[in-house]
Amino acid sequence: MENFEFQRATTLDEARSAIGSADAGKFLAGGQSLIPLLKLGMASPDRLVCVKALAELRGLERDGDDVVVGAAMTHAAVAESDVVRQAIPGLADLASRIGDPQVRNRGTLGGAIAHADPAADYPAALVALGATVRTDRREIAAEDFFQGMFQTPLEGDELIQTVRFPVPERAAYAKFPNPASRYAIVGVMVSQSDGAVRVAVTGAGPGVFRVPQMEDALSSDFHAGALDGVDVDPGALTSDLDASAEYRAHLVKVMAKRAVEACA
Amino acid sequence: MTDTGIGAALRRKEDARFVTGRGRYTDDIDRPGQVWAHIVRSPEAHAEIAGVDTASAAAAPGVVAIFTGDDVAADEIGGLPCGWQIHSKDGSPMVEPPHPVLAQGRVRHVGDPVAVVVAESREEAKAAAALVEVDYRPLPAVASLAQARADQAPLVWEDAPANLCFDWEIGDQAATDAAFESADHVVSLQVVNNRLVANAIEPRAAIGEYDANADAYTLYTTSQNPHVIRLLMGAFVMGIPEHKLRVVSPDVGGGFGSKIFHYAEEVITTWASRKVGRPVKWTAERSESFMSDAQGRDHVTKGELALSADGTFLGLRVHTDANLGAYLSTFGPSVPTYLYATLFAGCYTTPAIYANVKGVFTNTVPVDAYRGAGRPEAAFLLERLVDKAARTLGMDRVEIRRKNFIQPDQFPYQTPVALEYDIGDYDGTLDEVLRISDWEGFEDRREEAASRGKLRGIGLSTFIEACGIAPSAVAGALGARAGLFEVGQVRVHPTGSVTVFTGAHSHGQGHETAFAQIVSERLGVPADQVEVVHGDTEKVPFGMGTYGSRSLAVGGSAIYNAIDKIIDKASKIAAHLMEASDEDVTFEDGTFTVAGTDKSVTLGDVALTAYVPHNYPEGLEPGLEETAFYDPKNFAFPAGAHVVEVEVDPETGVVELVNVSCADDVGTIVNPMIVEGQMHGGLAQGIGQALLEHCVYDDDGQLVTGSYMNYTMPRAADLPFFKTGHHITACTHNPLGAKGVGEVGSIGVPPAVINAVVDALSDYGVEHMDMPATPERVWRAMNGGQGGR
Repeated sequence: MENFEFQRATTLDEARSAIGSADAGKFLAGGQSLIPLLKLGMASPDRLVCVKALAELRGLERDGDDVVVGAAMTHAAVAESDVVRQAIPGLADLASRIGDPQVRNRGTLGGAIAHADPAADYPAALVALGATVRTDRREIAAEDFFQGMFQTPLEGDELIQTVRFPVPERAAYAKFPNPASRYAIVGVMVSQSDGAVRVAVTGAGPGVFRVPQMEDALSSDFHAGALDGVDVDPGALTSDLDASAEYRAHLVKVMAKRAVEACA
Repeated sequence: MTDTGIGAALRRKEDARFVTGRGRYTDDIDRPGQVWAHIVRSPEAHAEIAGVDTASAAAAPGVVAIFTGDDVAADEIGGLPCGWQIHSKDGSPMVEPPHPVLAQGRVRHVGDPVAVVVAESREEAKAAAALVEVDYRPLPAVASLAQARADQAPLVWEDAPANLCFDWEIGDQAATDAAFESADHVVSLQVVNNRLVANAIEPRAAIGEYDANADAYTLYTTSQNPHVIRLLMGAFVMGIPEHKLRVVSPDVGGGFGSKIFHYAEEVITTWASRKVGRPVKWTAERSESFMSDAQGRDHVTKGELALSADGTFLGLRVHTDANLGAYLSTFGPSVPTYLYATLFAGCYTTPAIYANVKGVFTNTVPVDAYRGAGRPEAAFLLERLVDKAARTLGMDRVEIRRKNFIQPDQFPYQTPVALEYDIGDYDGTLDEVLRISDWEGFEDRREEAASRGKLRGIGLSTFIEACGIAPSAVAGALGARAGLFEVGQVRVHPTGSVTVFTGAHSHGQGHETAFAQIVSERLGVPADQVEVVHGDTEKVPFGMGTYGSRSLAVGGSAIYNAIDKIIDKASKIAAHLMEASDEDVTFEDGTFTVAGTDKSVTLGDVALTAYVPHNYPEGLEPGLEETAFYDPKNFAFPAGAHVVEVEVDPETGVVELVNVSCADDVGTIVNPMIVEGQMHGGLAQGIGQALLEHCVYDDDGQLVTGSYMNYTMPRAADLPFFKTGHHITACTHNPLGAKGVGEVGSIGVPPAVINAVVDALSDYGVEHMDMPATPERVWRAMNGGQGGR
């Protein structure tokens, strides 16, 4: 790990100017992805600006038809939030299955989505629920936000403040975890709102993606059995040490069915 | 009568410091003036080193010195020796290549040490190490046994044709072939025993310190056997006589075999401390542990079992390729030979056995003993074959085992593969495990699981192991270059408290408690009045350390024998004090009495007299301190029976363990709680091998599973509550009757897990499943395929 400056920001302006005046500064929230990268020498920022305490990044509330979660809220806070559990229990359930208790007590929503790990859980929730990411300068729809492996449209000094989740009629997440890392080998979030169904898959490919055939099948018949005839093409899926593309394709279907069952 | 003797479930004395973070491990030690070493390791699996440029690293902040292979050669530092020599079946000795502590012109595995940077701080050493420029010229590499054994395979060593270190055999080939000729049935299996990483929670560490005034060295190291390290490093590597080299192995956080061996970093820090005139410290990062700690297992085996029509075992034939890695680790060659093929009789009366083992070099981290060391590999093959035989012959899995068990009246039992078992009762352990696992009730549980859509299977293994390699003369005849005795020294202090010095080393086993209980039992002293000292060659007489579940059977017996000498001498003193003759004095519960009188003196009275010998037997030396070196007559043979029940999710292939039951014969139990803990730990690691752990190299020799992101260690949530039981027969040839418990879990449970998985999948025509039985492998097997991640 290279030496770096550490600054704890107390206001949004302070955070922005601290990043702006650094050569290669990075925002730090829970550090569950960034700190391992520093330790491995895969990232070497000259300044870390801690944004965990910023008021604009905190909070967890119902706002009309949406739930708004601050970027600095930990996975544990989301998992245990009464607001989330009542409005979108599938989202609370997803958060409760990220990593392990240590990770959930430190890791944050904003940090997780900014990192955009292709096997992270949250991207499936954001895409399946049609969430909107609000930064210090704009709003970005979830499907535009995740651009593939570790890729987002965020600029170097851009800070995620909140994520706005429309409350669906029902939604659920089914996860097949990597037994070592507890990331998703395949995670599928299914949601239904106003008759429209979204199926978002994480872990299986280079980034989160939707499965239109499954969405079509479920839109006309929201039952697990409706997916029996839908097969996922392994061609575009990841094949690595943890699972072959064929197995991932199989798991996408199994997890999608389980998510539908869990919606009931 | 003390209540802290043999059989008491005492809480471990050492745990107070461990669980409150006050243990003192090697990395906790900081020496005055200490500097830090960082090892530059090869990123290539196989390469020529065309040059090493240290100029910019040397100019980096804090750098004190940089050493390369050239410096090692210039100082005539020797290579790491191998402690066991195998001879091939043609009589030729194994190929024994050099094992330099810093590479000499060529690297042979990812992680091979190339240079060392010594700097004022750990961070500066690491930062400077990144500036060392090594000009590697990559060479073709072989990582797997299949690659290494292929025609025209690249050679790891020029003088090891076909990458063979040895081609070894044991048993009567002609008699075995004849048994197969006359057999009614032959079942065969091709099995892979997966490569494992030991993963002790404490990474290896070493501090070398040279004292110029005394011209003497001290090495602090994370070792299971400090005397062995002193002997190997002093005599064979650095040429330091024993009286000038002290090796200290303080609290050690787990070893599982991986800390038996003599490693390059121990030499590097010790040597560098003289070069720079300051203590030199090194602590492995976890990623270094993955690429520099000796790894375990890695066999490919074809096994065949010949049977008569009624299920009697007639013969066993085994051909194994064993991956040794790029260099011979300290005991590497012994593991797939004498610690493996000698176990092929198992619990059974198989009359003819032949095994051929080829030791194979590859461009991977050296392979050596890991919890079980050869015996898990043997038990896995045998118990998979027995299960397959039962299915093939349509016999009950329990009955085919019972039918072939060595019976209690057949002991001592000479196997066809060198070992002579002293005692056992295999039906006894089997009965016990069938009871505690409710084997008979399985069908109801299977049906209930089926109603939930789960495939439930049950599996059994009955196995034997061999602990406490011995005696020294026999081990020597088989190729061991070391003795295999143990030392125990018992010092009764003037006021009656006791210090025990043992050559065994505790790195989690609880010796400080268990050995104190032996003293408590025999001398009538409360265990908290007994201190156990280990891990320092300056304090303890020459001992052999801890591995192969030997500590209680061998080390405990040495203490037991030293106590015999104490009692013998103390009885003479007591007789003098009581004005009785020696033969009339008896000793029990800490008190000497004279038969038929009310005279008595306590051990404390006697001890004080021994050190204040005013009224003292004529001709008797003062003091009360005795030493015993104990060389066992034979191995000890723990045995057991394990039952595992699993539920397979047919949609995903996920295997859930729902019941793990075991009944073991570990010999005399000194502390039931420690025994229980050892069984749990062994079971966890055995289950890890069976379901989770797999060390993978790609075809170019890159270590793919180099971190916990993809090397799956078992966690509490992966394991059910274990049901453990015992059926004890005491070892006949050591005074404690102890056998060993450290490895029974890792030996017995893997085949039971896989037998259960195969049982669960029996409707799918699955006959075998390689470890680890990952979800994808199970899913593929259910769909008629092989392999999987």
